[in-house]
Amino acid sequence: MSVDHTKNIIEVKDVSFSYGNTTVLKNITLTIHQGDYLGIIGPNGSGKSTLLKLMVGLLKPTQGEIKLFGQNLNNFKDWHKLGYVSQKAVGFDQLFPATVQEVVEMGRYGSKGLFKNLNKKDYEIVEKSLNQVEMWNYRDRLIGDLSGGQQQRVFIARALAAEPEVIFLDEPTVGVDAKTQEQFYTLLKKLNRELNLTLVMISHDLEVMTKETTELACVNQSLIYHDNPANCIKGNYIEKLYGDDKLINITSHKH
Amino acid sequence: MGSLFHYDFIIRALEAGLLIGAIAPLIGIFLVLRRYSLIADTLSHVSLAGVAIGLLMKVNQLITAIAASTISSVVIDKLRTSKKIYGETALSIFLSGSLALAIILIGLAHGFNVDIFSYLFGSIVTVKNTDLYIISILSIIIILLLSIFFKELIYISFDEESAQVSGIKVKTLNTFFILLAAAMIAISIPIIGILLISALLVLPTVTALQYKKSFKTTLIIGEIVSLFSVMTGLIISFYLNISPGGTIVLLMLTIFCLTLFYKNFFVKQN
Repeated sequence: MSVDHTKNIIEVKDVSFSYGNTTVLKNITLTIHQGDYLGIIGPNGSGKSTLLKLMVGLLKPTQGEIKLFGQNLNNFKDWHKLGYVSQKAVGFDQLFPATVQEVVEMGRYGSKGLFKNLNKKDYEIVEKSLNQVEMWNYRDRLIGDLSGGQQQRVFIARALAAEPEVIFLDEPTVGVDAKTQEQFYTLLKKLNRELNLTLVMISHDLEVMTKETTELACVNQSLIYHDNPANCIKGNYIEKLYGDDKLINITSHKH
Repeated sequence: MGSLFHYDFIIRALEAGLLIGAIAPLIGIFLVLRRYSLIADTLSHVSLAGVAIGLLMKVNQLITAIAASTISSVVIDKLRTSKKIYGETALSIFLSGSLALAIILIGLAHGFNVDIFSYLFGSIVTVKNTDLYIISILSIIIILLLSIFFKELIYISFDEESAQVSGIKVKTLNTFFILLAAAMIAISIPIIGILLISALLVLPTVTALQYKKSFKTTLIIGEIVSLFSVMTGLIISFYLNISPGGTIVLLMLTIFCLTLFYKNFFVKQN
């Protein structure tokens, strides 16, 4: 797939969202292009998770419009173009009786339609997805028996099994040790650069986000910044977003 | 000891048992994995109110039980998802409310002369010919509908949000599933009895979960436990003249305890 960096994948137009009287997001406008690796950062309760849920249609905006692949979200049909790795994917029921293979097969269900079972081609895609995250050898293991980092890879494989064009990740590295996180980010980079997948990721890890992504969006109720990470640091936007203490962390943590 | 198959009623009970025993784990596995076990209890009590309405109006009680259970299931589902009241509060309101209604209606119907015991704990002589037809038809409908969206239900149970993002109509399928569970619960009344239905739905799956296998294998183990317990329980209850519901559930409980014992003492030591 050739990448067209001018092609709009997601258009968020003047979107606001509130729970009752509490405004969570206000007048957000943002466009994500094909091949982008967008990081969304912001303090706790800034509404960044809400923004992601709005983009994938789990929540409906109170005001404004969201378009995916040029179609309004309300009439959107091509759900197989989306991959989603939720926070819950890491906090799922560890006792759930499903093997790695069975979990990744779920990635094929959405595009399959009711009453239809998976066929040979589906199983080939499942195998390919598991190989891409190097988890094929674990296919018969129970998902709950794997380490946090391995589980993440399986959830990425499940997202890949739908053969998506964009993958959304909601804080995927929560509760995983630093070394595993690094491998995970290497995998994401590979998916973005080699498979030309558009990635949209929320993370608390500012240092990684400024280093790994191609675009950064700083959210705190409204969109404070959206451009490349380098200008974000130069413009002291992170300071504006969090206050001084976090900035010191980033500049002193250089590897 | 008389031969089992000389009596029509026991053949009807065994046929009904075969169907109910086969469907129970198919519904039960999702109830357990989605922490919906209490719904089974609530809907079975609602079914009792349905039975009472049937007694009062002198129509087939299985039909009124199915109606009460399915209609309430949709209302409960709406109340839970509206988030206006807590999910478990909706369940306890329905549970006690329908029990209150049932007691009053049964009193009105026959001044408590009705053999309510067989509705509460099941009986092998209560499965009438009409009941067997209703049970058979509904069983086929439940199995057909389940097979249409079984894989989607697995995904929803595992990760509801991702299932929705993948394009699965989560809300619609949830409502369908609750309806099927309600129908399943109502048709289990004649054999298992209202008070023991939730055990029928929960115990085979909980037992199977102890083996820590794939979804497919867990379901198969649940089926074996369920079918074995229901059929053996019916035969034992015939020969010993005891409640079939109680016998079936005690059998299931024994298998569950043996599994726990085996898993915790033998497997760990090796």
